[in-house]
Amino acid sequence: MNRTVFGTGFARRFGQGWLGAGYLFLYLPIVALVIFSFNDSPIPTVWNGFTLKWYAVLAQDREMLAGLWLSLQIAFMTACGSVVLGTLAAFALVKYRRFRGRTLFSGMVNAPLVMPEVIVGLSLLLMLVSVQRALGFPERGMMTIWLGHLLLGMAYATVVVQARLQDLNPQLEEAAMDLGARPHQVFALVTLPMIAQALVSAWLLTFTISLDDVVLSAFLSGPGSTTMPLVIFSRARLGMNPSVNAMATVVIVIVATGVVAASWLIARAERQRALAMAEAQRAGG
Amino acid sequence: MNATPLPLARRLLPGGRAAVIGLPYLWLLAFFLAPFLIVLKISVSEMENVSFKDLLTLQDGVLQLSLRFGNYLYVLQDELYFATYLASVKYAAATTLLCLAIGYPFAYFMARAPKTLQPALLMLVMLPFWTSFLLRVYAWKALLGEQGWVAELLIALQVDDLLLAAGLIATEGKLMNTPFSLVLGMVYTYLPFMILPLYANLSKMDLRLLEAAQDLGATPALAFWKVTVPLSKAGIIAGSMLVFIPCVGEFVIPELLGGPQTLMIGRVLWDEFFSNNDWPMAATVAVLMILLIIVPLALFNRYQAQAQEKRA
Repeated sequence: MNRTVFGTGFARRFGQGWLGAGYLFLYLPIVALVIFSFNDSPIPTVWNGFTLKWYAVLAQDREMLAGLWLSLQIAFMTACGSVVLGTLAAFALVKYRRFRGRTLFSGMVNAPLVMPEVIVGLSLLLMLVSVQRALGFPERGMMTIWLGHLLLGMAYATVVVQARLQDLNPQLEEAAMDLGARPHQVFALVTLPMIAQALVSAWLLTFTISLDDVVLSAFLSGPGSTTMPLVIFSRARLGMNPSVNAMATVVIVIVATGVVAASWLIARAERQRALAMAEAQRAGG
Repeated sequence: MNATPLPLARRLLPGGRAAVIGLPYLWLLAFFLAPFLIVLKISVSEMENVSFKDLLTLQDGVLQLSLRFGNYLYVLQDELYFATYLASVKYAAATTLLCLAIGYPFAYFMARAPKTLQPALLMLVMLPFWTSFLLRVYAWKALLGEQGWVAELLIALQVDDLLLAAGLIATEGKLMNTPFSLVLGMVYTYLPFMILPLYANLSKMDLRLLEAAQDLGATPALAFWKVTVPLSKAGIIAGSMLVFIPCVGEFVIPELLGGPQTLMIGRVLWDEFFSNNDWPMAATVAVLMILLIIVPLALFNRYQAQAQEKRA
């Protein structure tokens, strides 16, 4: 088949070249940031020798570190909340083909994926302000940022979990039901282990989305709740900042390590499950 | 446990069903839909000192409904606002087309690469997506700025003359804070959103159809145009909407990479809210922005629903 699609050697080389250029485009800024962070020069693009001084500057940067700590807390809560709400929404959409208002429901689940964040941020804020005027709470701060991130995270978590649920064989759950398991037992003993890796992916994805968000946080933050992206953004507006470059490298290393480790674990679990399945089938058949 | 009769399990289900659907449903109604209604209300409200006048007032037995459309009239008549809306759509459309032009061949070659390589290729597209979007956009500031690596390269290749001729940059050799840097930043950020649905679509295609077309005498180019492209329509629509809709209201990229001439509607909304403190005006701009994206949004939702039905 490869022969007819790629035809000549030229077509294949063209394809490889296109992919290579595309990946270069995607990775160039990331590599550049890491290099900048070790550059001993006030102008980031002019190399002037290796240094770690920006990391020392970063270690003293109270504003940035406080922002990082706040962001990590919010990201953790967002990831947990998004996975719970997203799993419920994915279940509702996959398991119950028909219920009143399903179209509106799926529309509301999908819309935050593409809705410009300025709209979501503004509308949430205006609502919270109205509620606050009527009831006296909530104050703007960590909790309101969390609420906004949860809205975004839930949409992404739903997509990830939904895709996995749709690939599941419903007969396994039916078999468990037939054997007398109650719905919550079916969920805990059959469904949950099968969607566990999708939950891990959703958790990681929503964690990074929250850790990265500028616009929703800007609308929903209050005095004293400045997240790391807000600190970075306000400095980036003024120009390049070496301490931001160092922070970027730290974030990239943490996220890359987490993602690679998680996907390695998932791949290993997948292989083991495939082996176990094959074993079971051999034994059974 | 085995003795539990099935009807009991069945009877337990409705309660579970109500919770599974009800909880996320109520949550979305409260925090996604209700806020839009409030935005709509505030966009036609009159400011009264620091708070808004109620739309419905009961005074001396007279129920009064006061809607203020002044903001809408102002925005619709103001040339700058109009030009900004137009520019936002223009930049978003240009970004979408460029993402398609780069992303389609990319996804195509990915899907036709050796099967063993594909998971790694896919992972490599997703990885930048996991690393901070804000920081990656920020990196372009240095790459395109004075003495930036990419800027130097493009100037050495005399691409800047080309861009100047196309009106995408204002002065020779200055690439930052221009329509060029803005669109480049948006293409860079949204490219994975185009590649992923296209790859999902193209990798599932039945290659025997292409063989059949070629057996019937079609050249590879004709087979591609008549078979591959129509079959990937769903992926093209999904990718384009995933790029176009958020681009229309993008704020961070125009703020960091755009210039004074590249006004976009997301920035105007931001300024009305944060700089001018004009909440009704910000709400009006938001409502008009929603009107602008409502058709693409409906298209996107329909596609998502269809894709989900098909998988199930």
